[in-house]
Amino acid sequence: MSKRTIVPFGPQHPVLPEPIHLDLVLEDEKVVEAIPSIGFVHRGLEKLVEKKEFTEYVYVAERICGICSFMHGMGYCQAVENIMGIKIPERAEYLRTLWAELSRIHSHLLWLGLLADAFGFESLFMHCWKLREQILDVFESTTGGRVIFSVCKIGGVRKDIDQDTLKGIVAVIDKMQKELKELTDVFIEDYSVKHRLVGVGVLTKQEAHEVGAVGPMMRASGINQDMRKLGYAAYKYLDFEPVVENDGDCYARTLVRIREIYQSMDLIRQCAAKMPEGEIEEKFKGMPSGERFERLEQPRGEVIYYVKANGTKFLDRVRVRTPTFTNVPALLKILQGCDLADVPMMVLTIDPCISCTER
Amino acid sequence: MSVLRFSGYIIKNLFQKPATSMYPLKKQKCFDRTRGHISIDIDACVFCGMCSRKCPSGAIGVDRQVKQWDIERLKCIQCSCCVEVCPKKCLSMKNAYTAPSVGSVKDVFHARVPDNQPNS
Ligand code: SF4
Ligand code: SF4
Repeated sequence: MSKRTIVPFGPQHPVLPEPIHLDLVLEDEKVVEAIPSIGFVHRGLEKLVEKKEFTEYVYVAERICGICSFMHGMGYCQAVENIMGIKIPERAEYLRTLWAELSRIHSHLLWLGLLADAFGFESLFMHCWKLREQILDVFESTTGGRVIFSVCKIGGVRKDIDQDTLKGIVAVIDKMQKELKELTDVFIEDYSVKHRLVGVGVLTKQEAHEVGAVGPMMRASGINQDMRKLGYAAYKYLDFEPVVENDGDCYARTLVRIREIYQSMDLIRQCAAKMPEGEIEEKFKGMPSGERFERLEQPRGEVIYYVKANGTKFLDRVRVRTPTFTNVPALLKILQGCDLADVPMMVLTIDPCISCTER
Repeated sequence: MSVLRFSGYIIKNLFQKPATSMYPLKKQKCFDRTRGHISIDIDACVFCGMCSRKCPSGAIGVDRQVKQWDIERLKCIQCSCCVEVCPKKCLSMKNAYTAPSVGSVKDVFHARVPDNQPNS
């Protein structure tokens, strides 16, 4: 047995601007064990619920994550709405779905860019982010914010999208799809890209099941599960199938996310075509009382919102279990036995969002 | 040729203008709905303090005695909550961002004292 060395990886490191720390135990160039530590950016957002009124906490919930912010607000709102028995108007459901799917596109494009950056393809990285800018413009013109929208509220949404803008969004998506095809072809076919991804960090179906992976990580290992199929918001009216790949390596995870971008584009078109006219919010009275688990599919996987209310305007407890938190064991699993040079790639393919893990 | 796939981009980029602009030297494009900064019509304000109580980040200060309304620009998270709750509808969200700064910026507004009333 050769000598073991411990290489600290993070919390400040070149792969991603987020503070995850791993102690990598190496034998020569092979990782034999990875010991994670998190908790560098804990912000106490869950505790804040005791200080903010439940209607205001939406603003806090949205700020848990800077990428999938909309779905955090949406998860919290859904949980409170279900406790209070509020049925939101159908148009609001469609609008929420539309913004959620746009968020998925922007999150996946961001991730593709970061992945390209991790394997050293700078110009590909910049092109992904340039493309993503178009989606951010759609957000800014429809909601007023580029990443934090503040459009979700308990009982519906704050802003409406008129028919012309809706057509405009579909036009942007159509135009983007062509440009995206050129980019994703590079990811799918390029020799050097494949060389870095294929067969790296394999998580088998059985392992994915055992460590409880979620989201694209799990679907890339062949498990067909997508929380959108639960039919929250307008997903019950839309037609889609979860994207599943079977290889379980970094390449499969990339493929799942690429295909999900196209799927989201399709869902947006469906939303735009099916969106009914009508109100966008339901007025409500009273305070919530009771508790509720809410499960949503975020770009990174399944997020769970637990809300406990006591009949006053301050909630007892909010607990958020974010997808990255659940994917960390999966990361540790795939890190065992990999090359040191592949570590950044593996850390990235779980699409880590450490800030939302630590809340 | 998949190897040369990216060369097109590279050549295009060589002759293109930069995709980024020199903000803040160059004015940034904003949309109608862009949440830039809060502005107040101080004459309509009744200093009820509702906005200050509801503001999630505690950026607004209201003093009824001296009829003063102030906002800390960097504390404000542009959520529009105050605009919604103001009973006199004197707050509005404007679409231009406030100028970048390195320290905290506090904008203070005082109610105008009508000419025919003594200043109390
Ligand atoms: S809520 Fe409106 S009227 Fe009341 S203090 Fe604030 S700005 Fe003035
Ligand atoms: S926009 Fe939001 S954060 Fe800013 S002053 Fe108004 S309520 Fe406070």
